[in-house]
Amino acid sequence: MAEHSHNDSHGHHELGFWRKYLFSIDHKVIGIQYTLTALLFLLLGFSLMMMMRWQLAYPGQPMPWIGKLFGNTNMPEGIMVPEFYNQLGAMHGTIMVFLGVVPLAVGGFGNYILPLQIGAPDMAFPKLNMASYWVFACGGVVMLISFFVPGGAAQSGWTSYPPLANLATMGQTIWLIGMVFLITSSLLGSVNFIVTTVQMRVEGLSFFRLPFFVWTQFVTAFLLLLAFPPLEAAGVLQLMDRIAGTSFFLPSGLVVTGQLLEVAGGGNPLLWQHLFWFLAHPEVYVLILPALGIVAEVIANNTRRPLWGYRTMVYSVIFLGFMSFIVWAHHMFMTGMGTTISTFFQTTTMIISVPSVIILTALALSLHGASIRFTVPMLFALAFIPMFAIGGLTGLPLGLTASDLHLHDTYYVIGHFHYVVAPGTIFALFAGIYYWFPKITGRHMNTVLGKLHFWFSLIFMNGIFMPMFFVGMAGVSRRLYDQTQYAYGAQVQGLTAMGSWSAWMLGLAQIFFIVNFILSIRGGKKVESDNPWDATTLEWATPTPPPHGNFPETPVVYRDPYEYSVPGSDKDFLPQHVPDSGNSTSEPASADD
Amino acid sequence: MEEKIYGYWLPIDISTHGHVIDWLINWLHVFMIALFVGWGVFFVYCLVKFRKGSNPHATYDPVKGKVSKYVEIGVVIVEALLLVGLSMPLWAQFKNDFPDPANAQVVRVVAEQFAWNVHYGGKDGVFGRTAPQFVTSDNLLGLDPDDDAGKDDFNAINTLHMVVDKPIIVHLSAKDVIHSFKVPVLRLTQDVIPGQEIKVWFEATKTGTFDIACAQLCGLGHYRMRGQLVVESEEAFKTWFDEQASEIETGEDDFF
Repeated sequence: MAEHSHNDSHGHHELGFWRKYLFSIDHKVIGIQYTLTALLFLLLGFSLMMMMRWQLAYPGQPMPWIGKLFGNTNMPEGIMVPEFYNQLGAMHGTIMVFLGVVPLAVGGFGNYILPLQIGAPDMAFPKLNMASYWVFACGGVVMLISFFVPGGAAQSGWTSYPPLANLATMGQTIWLIGMVFLITSSLLGSVNFIVTTVQMRVEGLSFFRLPFFVWTQFVTAFLLLLAFPPLEAAGVLQLMDRIAGTSFFLPSGLVVTGQLLEVAGGGNPLLWQHLFWFLAHPEVYVLILPALGIVAEVIANNTRRPLWGYRTMVYSVIFLGFMSFIVWAHHMFMTGMGTTISTFFQTTTMIISVPSVIILTALALSLHGASIRFTVPMLFALAFIPMFAIGGLTGLPLGLTASDLHLHDTYYVIGHFHYVVAPGTIFALFAGIYYWFPKITGRHMNTVLGKLHFWFSLIFMNGIFMPMFFVGMAGVSRRLYDQTQYAYGAQVQGLTAMGSWSAWMLGLAQIFFIVNFILSIRGGKKVESDNPWDATTLEWATPTPPPHGNFPETPVVYRDPYEYSVPGSDKDFLPQHVPDSGNSTSEPASADD
Repeated sequence: MEEKIYGYWLPIDISTHGHVIDWLINWLHVFMIALFVGWGVFFVYCLVKFRKGSNPHATYDPVKGKVSKYVEIGVVIVEALLLVGLSMPLWAQFKNDFPDPANAQVVRVVAEQFAWNVHYGGKDGVFGRTAPQFVTSDNLLGLDPDDDAGKDDFNAINTLHMVVDKPIIVHLSAKDVIHSFKVPVLRLTQDVIPGQEIKVWFEATKTGTFDIACAQLCGLGHYRMRGQLVVESEEAFKTWFDEQASEIETGEDDFF
C-alpha cells in the first residue's frame, strides 16, 4: 500500500490532482469545496427568487428576454404559470437553507476554520469529512435534476406539507431523495465536528479559551446531530407514502379534484409538521449560531479589545441550543392548537428571545471603549447586529399566539425570518469571507469593491424586506402567485414591486463581490505577514496558506482568545500561542516563536 | 361607507375580539421600535466615539454599568406581561369560550382546491350527513342522499353570509389538502386540515363585503382561492337565506 496515512509526516507527500483537489481528505480543501459549491447554490437560489419577483411585481405579464428561455410548459410566451412559480418558491427555500447557507456556514467555515482555531492538524475523521462533502454534492445534483423531471421540481413549499406534497408531481420524490442525501451529509459532518472539538484541542486550549466561533460550531453540531434524524425519518415516511402506498400522512376519505383518493388512509398530516419543525426550528439556530460566531471573531479583532462577557455569551449559546428544541410548535399555532400546548410553546418562545438579546447586547457593549477599524469584514459584522435585531424583534408578535392570529403565514413572517437569515446570516458569511480570505489565499480582497458591495447590499436588502412587514400587516398571505387577487393585496402592490426592484438591484450589487472574489484569488494584494489583521486566535499562527497538516510545530495555548489591548503590553494584541514575555508577572519563557 | 378598509398597516377591524389583538400588535411595535431606537443610538454613538481615529487605544477592561442589565430585565418583564396578561387570556377565550349554538349562527366550511364550500343547514338548521363517497360535481359537500336532514341544505360556494352583531360558529374541514381560513378584517387565521374538523367562532360588528383568503399553500390555484364574507343585517340575511332555501325546494339548484 503506497497510501500514506494522514497522521504521518504532514504535508510532504505529493498527491495527484484527484486526491489533492477533488477527493481530498484535507479539511481545508473540503472547506473550500463546500464554500465554492455553497456560493454557487446561493447564487442559484437567489436567481430563482429574482425570477419570482418579476411575477410578484408584474403579475401575469410576460418577462422580458429571459421568460422565453424557459419553454412553453413553464413560461408560455414569457408568462410564468403558477406551477412554475411554486417550483421556484419551494426550490428557493430548499436551496438557500440546505444547499447554500448551512453548507457555507458549517461545511465551509466550520471545516476550514475550526481545526485551525483549535490547533489541530485536521478533523478527527478526515475520510468521513470527505464523505460528508460528496454526499452533500450528490444531494445537490439530485436537487438540480429535479427541475428536469416530468412536472418539474418540488412545488409544495420548502416545508413540503402533506397531503399537498404527497399528491405533487414526481419532483417531490426527487426532492425527498435529495433531502435524504443532504441530511446524511450533515449528520456525518456533525459527528466529526463534535469529536474534533472535544478531542483535538491543543495543550492549554481549555473549553473557556476556545474562540467563540468554535463554541458556536460545537453547539451547532449538536443541533444537527439531534434534530436532523427526525426529519430524515419523516422524509423516508413521505417517500414511502409516495412510492410504496403507505399513508403515514394521509387521512382516510380524501377527495382530490372530485375523485375519492384510493389510499389506505388513517394517517395524519400534522405528524409531518411536528417532525419537520422539530428539525426546522433548531435549523434556524444552525443558520444563526455560526453567523454569530463569525461576527464575534470579526468584532473582537476590529474593536481591538476582548469580547464583552465572553462567558455569558458562551452560556447563552448553549442555552439557545437547548431551548431551540422546545419551541418548534410555534410554527403550528394555527393548526387548531388548544390552550395547554400553545401556552407551553409561546412561553418557551418568549424565553428563547432572552439569550439572543444577551448576545446582541454583549456584542454592542464590546464596541464601548473600542478602537474600531472599519475594515470590510467589520462593516458586514457591524451591520449584522441591527439587521439581526430587526429579525429578532419582529419575532415577538409572531411568538405570541394572539398577535400571530393576524400575522401567521403572511409576508410579515417572510420579512421576519429573512432579516434573520439574509442581512443577518448572509452578511455574517460575507464578513467571514472577507476576513479569512487572506489566510486562505494569501491575498487581500479589494477594499473599494468590498465597500461598494457592502453599502449597496445593505440598502437593497432593506429595500426588499422592510416593505414585507407592511405587506404582511395589511394581511397578504405568503406564497401567493398574484396578491392583487385580494383587495388588500392590490392596495400594497406598490410595496411588493419596490421589493422586486430592490431584489434585482441587490443582484447587480453582488457583481462587485463576484468580480472581487475571482480577481483577488490571483490578483489581490499579497499579505505581508501570516497575521495580516493582527489577530489573536490560532488560525493566524499557521503559514499562509496553511499547508497540509496546518501547523509546522504544534502550538501551545497560553491565554484567552481575545487578548487585545492588554495593559502593559507593547503590541495591542497577544496571540493565544505566544508565551508571556518578560514585561508580565510570569517568568520569562523561552521565545521560540 | 367611505371608510377605507385596507391600507399599509392593519386593515379595519370588524370583529369583537380583534381590538385586543390590534392593541397588542400596535403596542408591541412601539416597544420594539423604542428598543431598537434606544439601542441604535448607543450603537451609532459607539461607532462614532470609538472609531480608531477618535480613540486610537482600546480599553481592555469591560465597560461597567447596569443599564444593559436593567434593559434586559425590562424586556423580560414586558414579554412576560404581554404573554400572561394578554396573549394567553385572549387565546383561551378564543379557543374555549364558544358561544351557545342556540344563540349563534352555525355553518360548515369545507375547503377544497381551490374553493370554499359554505354549508348551511337549510330551513331545519340541521346539517345533513356527509361522506366522501357521495361527493360529485353536483354534490360538492358529499351530502348523503338518504339523510332527510340534508334535503334542505345548501352550499353557498365562496360566499359566507353572516348576521352582524351575532356570533357565528364555523366548523372547518378540508377535502384534499391543508388550507387556511383567513379573514384579515376579523383578525382570524385558522388552518383547515383534512381528516379533522376544527371549529372557530367570531362576531362581526360592521356590515359589508370582505375578502376571505387561503393562507396555506394548497397548490397552483392557492392565490385565487378567494372567498367573500358578507356581513349583513338580520333582515338582509333572512332574505338571502330564504331565497337560497326556496331554490332548493323548487329544484332550481342541484344541491341536495
